[in-house]
Amino acid sequence: MQPTLSFEQAPPISVPFRFLLTAPLFGVAAGLLLLWLGPEALASRWAPGALALTHLITTGFMLQAMCGALLQLVPVAAGGNVWRPRLVAGLVHPALIVAALSLVAAFLSMRPPLFVSAAVLFAAALGFYLSVVGIAVLRTSAQGATVLALRIALLGLAATAVLGATLAVGFGLRLELPLIELANIHTVWGLGGWSMVLLTGISYLLVPMFQLTPAYPLRMAFAVPTALFAASALASLQLAGNLRWLGEVGAFLALAAAVGYAITSLWLQRRRRRKLTDSTFHLFRSAMIAILLTFASCVAFEFVPALGEHPRAPVWLGILVLFGVFTLAINGAVYKIVPFLNWLHLQRRGVTAGAAPNMKQMIAESAIRRQARLQLAAVGLLLAAVLVPELTRPAGALLAASFALLEANLIAGVKVYLRVSRAIQAA
Amino acid sequence: MTGVKAAAAGFGNNPPSLLRTKAAMTSITEPLREQHKHCDDLFAAAEEAAQSAHWVECKAQFAEFRSELEAHFSGEETVLFPAFEQASGMSGGPTQVMRMEHTQMRGLVEQMAGAVDTHDAAEFCGAGETLLMLMQQHNMKEENILYPMCDQTLAVASGDVEERLKAVIEKK
Repeated sequence: MQPTLSFEQAPPISVPFRFLLTAPLFGVAAGLLLLWLGPEALASRWAPGALALTHLITTGFMLQAMCGALLQLVPVAAGGNVWRPRLVAGLVHPALIVAALSLVAAFLSMRPPLFVSAAVLFAAALGFYLSVVGIAVLRTSAQGATVLALRIALLGLAATAVLGATLAVGFGLRLELPLIELANIHTVWGLGGWSMVLLTGISYLLVPMFQLTPAYPLRMAFAVPTALFAASALASLQLAGNLRWLGEVGAFLALAAAVGYAITSLWLQRRRRRKLTDSTFHLFRSAMIAILLTFASCVAFEFVPALGEHPRAPVWLGILVLFGVFTLAINGAVYKIVPFLNWLHLQRRGVTAGAAPNMKQMIAESAIRRQARLQLAAVGLLLAAVLVPELTRPAGALLAASFALLEANLIAGVKVYLRVSRAIQAA
Repeated sequence: MTGVKAAAAGFGNNPPSLLRTKAAMTSITEPLREQHKHCDDLFAAAEEAAQSAHWVECKAQFAEFRSELEAHFSGEETVLFPAFEQASGMSGGPTQVMRMEHTQMRGLVEQMAGAVDTHDAAEFCGAGETLLMLMQQHNMKEENILYPMCDQTLAVASGDVEERLKAVIEKK
């Protein structure tokens, strides 16, 4: 059966936008947390502040942006019919906000009921979301690497959520569980099997579109999500016995697959036919370089045990991956997605192509450039803070300022949309 | 309403090599795929010239881009789409969506033409950015879905569609 052209299920603009506009607020909260806690937030991977910071970014910024983007992309790019998107967004969006805040509060206060409530809320919200979006992605007749990546990513999110909820309940109720092994597997699924797979699948669509690059090579496009899935599954086998080394092998394989994707992306960018560059281009390229830096750091930690065994070594890797890779890539993508959806929905409301403000009139390019530079500086300072703890608070301040500016820029875009929409209604 | 909703849908399908349906067969539409790439190149050259304020060059590149794009639309609207509609019996579906997107793109091309005349780089690049996004998702939908459907449908009873299409898009 062939896919049809009638992608009728494109959701109302409020569906993706409520998620995309909430995401930066979690980034602001992450910056403020660093400002409040100072160096102790980056003391070790297991420090309560570090865990709270990690989950503000992963279950706050990243999850909001990714869930919102998927509700737009699944019907439009994969032809998947999402059941009642407005209702799904209306329930899942607030539930995920409360769940993320509850989890962060749990890490900071170590109060068991908060862990349990976070687990229950995440299980309910993501269980519902995954059922609806999962059915859409499984039932689509479209084929290809992006569809494969979307399917694997949703499976990865399910695994991450199940492991996360188990950890939260286990931790909250002090159950006898192999918490460290579970946490390691949860991390591999969350960063590899879910986030990186989704990033690759979306890149296959957007990178050629934004920069007029050649398409990603077909074999590589299928191999990377598959390898990330296999690596996450392999890492999970460590639960079968005293096999913690399998976790390390799995994490290394996942990183190797990500390196293959990053090198290909950089190579494609070099072969782009559009010479004009913009902030989205620079942020994406920085994200790809961050993947390579993560790999180089892992190799260095392996060969120089004095470095690798330092409690701040995993913190360095975490900052590179969470802030260097994912926040930068998402930050760049929303600057294209939000103005373009604004423009398309204005067309839908009857504004003629010539009369609607163009994409660059939705969010000023100078404002985008300023925020992108601030974000890159914040990531740099955050990395420096791992080496020089006194820099933690300045890094937090910069991060909060950058995410606040991102929010302000997105709101400016939405305001243009609302102003023009009202003008049409009045006419 | 298929057309309106699909147009509002936004991001198109996977790039050609990543989501190609199985209906390769005889490809009447191959010259159209090639022309997509050619238009992209001309667009990129005009955009680069506008960004560097080389307006004489921009004007020439843009004129060529506009003429090539118009020939492409014309080939689809006057030859390919009617032939497909007649052969398949589908007149209100995918081709309608594509026609509507052509109208939207023409509106943006008009805006860019005005910016060339007034040497307004911000306006040219702003409308250009919007056009590029629209054009790319439009091309992906055509290359992944509509063209394979056309190749499949018209392979049996194509008549002189191929020749007529070539004549229009090559501006003969």
